[in-house]
Amino acid sequence: MTTRSFGSGIRRREDPRLITGKAPYTDDIKLPGMVHAAILRSPHAHANIKSIDTSGAASQPGVLAVYTGADLDGVIAGMPCAWLLPGSDLKTPEHPAIAKDRVRYVGDAVAVVVAGTRYEAEDALEHIDVEYETLGVVINPKDAAQAGAPQLHDDVENNIAFTWAVAGGDTDAAFASADVTVSDTITLPRLIANPMEPRSAIASYLAAMNELTLWSTTQNPHICRFLTSVVTGVPEHKIRVIAPEVGGGFGSKIPYYPDEAITAFCAMQLGVPVKWTETRSENYLATTQGRDHVEEVEMAATSDGTITGLRTTVYAGMGAYLSTAAPGVPTILHGLMYSGAYNIANISGTIHGVFNNGTPVDAYRGAGRPEATTLIERLVDLTAAALDMDPAELRRKNLIPKFENGHDVATGIIYDSGDYELTLDACLNNADYAGLRASQAAARAEGRLVGIGMATWVEICGLGPSQVAGAVGFQGGLWESAIVRFHPTGKVNVMVGSSPHGQGEETTFAQIVSEELGVPVEDVEIIHGDTDNTPMGWGTYGSRTTVVSGGAIAFASRKIKEKSKELAAHLLEAAVEDIEYEDGTFFVRGSADQAKTIQDIALMANVAWNMPEGMEPGLEASAFYDPPNFTYPFGTHLAVVEVDPETGRIDLQNYWAVDDCGVQINPMIVEGQVHGGVVQGVGPALWEGVVYDDNGQPLTGTMQDYALPRADLLPDINVGSTTTPSPHHPLGLKGVGEAGTIAATPTVYNAVMDALRPLGVNRVDMPLTPEKVWRAINDAKNGG
Amino acid sequence: MSVPVEVTINGRAYSGEVEPRQLLVHFIRENAGLTGTKVGCDTSQCGTCTVQLDGAIAKSCTVLTVQASGSSVTTIEGLSNGVDLHPLQEAFWNKHGLQCGFCTPGMIMASAELLKNNPSPSREEIRHALEGNICRCTGYQNIVSAVEEAAGAMGGS
Amino acid sequence: MFPSQFTYHRAASVAEAVQLLGSNEGAKLLAGGHSLLPMMKLRVASPPTLVDIGHIADLKGVSADGDGVRIGALTTHAEIAGSALVQERAPVLAEAASRVGDPAVRNRGTIGGNVSHADPQSDLPTVLTALGATINATGPGGDRSIAAADFFTGLLENALEDNEVLTSVSVPGVASGAGTAYVKFSHPASRYSVVGAAAVVSLSGGTCSSATVVVGGVESTPTRASSVEAALAGSATGGDALAAAASAVSGDFGGDPVGDVFASNEYRQAMAAVYVRRALEAAVARAG
Repeated sequence: MTTRSFGSGIRRREDPRLITGKAPYTDDIKLPGMVHAAILRSPHAHANIKSIDTSGAASQPGVLAVYTGADLDGVIAGMPCAWLLPGSDLKTPEHPAIAKDRVRYVGDAVAVVVAGTRYEAEDALEHIDVEYETLGVVINPKDAAQAGAPQLHDDVENNIAFTWAVAGGDTDAAFASADVTVSDTITLPRLIANPMEPRSAIASYLAAMNELTLWSTTQNPHICRFLTSVVTGVPEHKIRVIAPEVGGGFGSKIPYYPDEAITAFCAMQLGVPVKWTETRSENYLATTQGRDHVEEVEMAATSDGTITGLRTTVYAGMGAYLSTAAPGVPTILHGLMYSGAYNIANISGTIHGVFNNGTPVDAYRGAGRPEATTLIERLVDLTAAALDMDPAELRRKNLIPKFENGHDVATGIIYDSGDYELTLDACLNNADYAGLRASQAAARAEGRLVGIGMATWVEICGLGPSQVAGAVGFQGGLWESAIVRFHPTGKVNVMVGSSPHGQGEETTFAQIVSEELGVPVEDVEIIHGDTDNTPMGWGTYGSRTTVVSGGAIAFASRKIKEKSKELAAHLLEAAVEDIEYEDGTFFVRGSADQAKTIQDIALMANVAWNMPEGMEPGLEASAFYDPPNFTYPFGTHLAVVEVDPETGRIDLQNYWAVDDCGVQINPMIVEGQVHGGVVQGVGPALWEGVVYDDNGQPLTGTMQDYALPRADLLPDINVGSTTTPSPHHPLGLKGVGEAGTIAATPTVYNAVMDALRPLGVNRVDMPLTPEKVWRAINDAKNGG
Repeated sequence: MSVPVEVTINGRAYSGEVEPRQLLVHFIRENAGLTGTKVGCDTSQCGTCTVQLDGAIAKSCTVLTVQASGSSVTTIEGLSNGVDLHPLQEAFWNKHGLQCGFCTPGMIMASAELLKNNPSPSREEIRHALEGNICRCTGYQNIVSAVEEAAGAMGGS
Repeated sequence: MFPSQFTYHRAASVAEAVQLLGSNEGAKLLAGGHSLLPMMKLRVASPPTLVDIGHIADLKGVSADGDGVRIGALTTHAEIAGSALVQERAPVLAEAASRVGDPAVRNRGTIGGNVSHADPQSDLPTVLTALGATINATGPGGDRSIAAADFFTGLLENALEDNEVLTSVSVPGVASGAGTAYVKFSHPASRYSVVGAAAVVSLSGGTCSSATVVVGGVESTPTRASSVEAALAGSATGGDALAAAASAVSGDFGGDPVGDVFASNEYRQAMAAVYVRRALEAAVARAG
């Protein structure tokens, strides 16, 4: 009998290769004859290229070739934007892999050198002479949308890439009749995803066969293959994309990048394998970033604390070009979530996607939802303050009551299931909220700035129904597929199209198969990340992998079970209706000794000596799972901070998270996702944010200036959970990858604002660096 | 231009002719082929390249191979005997102290030095000892728990 | 990222290092490399020649020197922080060394490299100035000693000649009964000090008989807080006395200001008053 592991925190099967340093990441791979590419990047945020002279570089030691935009022109197509948002007047100006006549951000590719070693390639970059004519620069997305701002693309008026609106109810009427309205301008800083592994690509091309193999640090090898085909012209079935071990992505490894196209181009031109690996400084310029919102927001409520309306105007920086999924992030994944966890009858939002002279912005962990949750949760706190209500009680009053199978919100989407008050109560209870408020009152009496902040949130996950994806302009599907294959010895391979890179699904997927078919979890191997030996899939992002691939695995396993039952009946000379299944064994009802294990069945199906009439040999099933709806995980988080009034430094003292991600397969992994997610959400509240100077030069260009959360700056996080299964998912799963990041930014921001409230400070731009907080305190003291 | 070097890595001598500017991390990865040691930044911040150099941890991206010539290096591949896991490796596994695994070799090497100097560290001390190693996945909490567990397994408390 | 090409020499002795510096235009000394190599990797610095003094045994270690200590140029931050002799005779230096960078950096970074790099946001220049330390160097003309107060001449600039080798730092023993402290506002990313304040305070019958206060991170060289020292001399140490004295630090800034995206100079100046007070409070508490 097997040991049941579904629902228990078993150790991860991927770990032994990682803790011993044996797992090959892309940059660890060395192919025979491999040479190295290095990319010259624009030092200017906006400039015309007057001339490029590569002759000096071409004669440097070891240099094999130098290419510019002119060499790629007509050979490598422009970078595709793959989220063509309908009804938004979307503009998709050309985005050449290597700039041809104009650069639009510091980091835009200008030329590539291929040389025998990486040292030689990077040295040669210094010998390329480029003459630039600098142009006007605009960084702030609201400024960029104003008439008269420097124009990035000739055919995009006022830099507005798209304008998208969401509306439900009658917002104007709600505001007109409100007893109280609050407003704020919230800035979500531009963020760098910072997976610890920089991006890397290796391309190898066999001209005689027109076959291209690309090793890539991608979160979605099948999308990468699809887009490589579009860009290089090599047919999709002649391209193999391999995502080996991938060292985190957080969204920044979703997009299709110029660098991969350039690497493929070089390999195709030179006929030898070419590797390109970015440096961290290069990552800070050339890897897509997140957020960059300026949000002008308002909330309306009645005097009894009923929230009646929400209105927003958002300027979402897109950077210099539209990255692969960029238009969907501040719209579909943001505006549709404006109701949050509340009944808000009247909602209207207008989102402008705006080009600015920065690195392109795309999905970053949470992607649109942290930006939405922050504005909602901030407005809820401001409303509570305006009404002199406790913020927890205002939340409770407005939370959508418990529902098990569908709830419509004003933005037009249908939440799957929720019990928001359950997580609110659990979190308040775990934190001893009343006690915290009492200690806060005592601290305030001593003049100390102690703050308590919270967020009750819901997110849209498990992306998603493909028909909806198509309706909202996503240029792909959002289903997943899985092949479950039993070998004669009863061991199992599972091939999936998604591509986990740290989330532990080699373990959780095996737990699903083990649960469904009763095989020991260690007998199941999960194969992913190589388009040549996995079925089509749309990748790992949007808290979708466990949910959507997990659904496919469950359904494939159930097909296996059905076939096994029939074969068992045949072998046991019984009727199928008389066969029962329990924990990996098929037996004749009432005769437990008349039994076949799943391993017996696997052997007999594979040797096929004695199959029922018409049954095919083998024990293998494939399933495609296209979810009928999104999933909507939720929770409540709460933080306590203390601000040093002399310095503005913030001490994050305590943090409680209660998450409901539906059924949990492996609670240890769920907790790990919450820990990591929360810390990534704390980052932009307290430390993280890209800063450009007026010329578009990044002032946070290395890890010495861009402050990432460190071990010594953080407390332990108290994690709790509740379980509200998704009604439409075969296993009740909802997903948990982004939850912490979505919740933590507003939680910590609200806590700091609560700490400063006695001084009359209501807003400080994130990240809340000490100097900004100190200035806000001083301004308030000086009556500002 | 190149100069001869010999570096002992995990008990084995590796010799070669390298440019004086070669970083030790590149010698370890390219010349010795030991790719468990990673490059995660270029400003000595992230700690993914952490190795033991003559018995004390160093960021191997901030050491030239020529400086280390004649020295002895231990990398993640040499931390255990190759058969059994080191107690820290076991504890990182038990406590889910890693997700994507990219920071893990450096994190384990830094943790090993902490436990050498302080066999029974508090959680606070562990957090301080790891201030030079960045992890973007775990939020550090389970890493701290793993180091605590390893301390216990190694005889601390 | 990696440095540009250069010629490498490993010096076996200080004399050989001096000779190599003299015969190679633009040559730089390499000790632990933790100040120089990061600049070379970003190609902010590209010296044509490096003279590696990292294997000269004479330059390593801490020894007693009168009532103070002499610290060889190659002594690492970790060694200084862990030295019983430093802890006993100049505890504030051990305290500061224990807060430089992170553990791996402290294992490789040396006092000689750190001091000669002359970064105003580094910890040791501030403390060594406060302690009245002396920087010892050897050049073609022999040995000379430079007071720490005269050693730091500008942003990343020091008083050494191009062909001089910093050999050791002499730190006088802290007067018996004096209290010392170094407090640091650590940058969350770089771990350098946004502001660092060092204080050496002697008490006599409840009043301050003498004080030395130095601030780092505000100007391109360590700032001697003479106004604070003057305010403290003969003053009581209770009540608001230390805060009042610390606030005088604003009168001590007039040099080349330091500021960045994280902390403007105005903010650093304001923080100097806060951190000076905190250093004084700690030093007074430790004074006997």
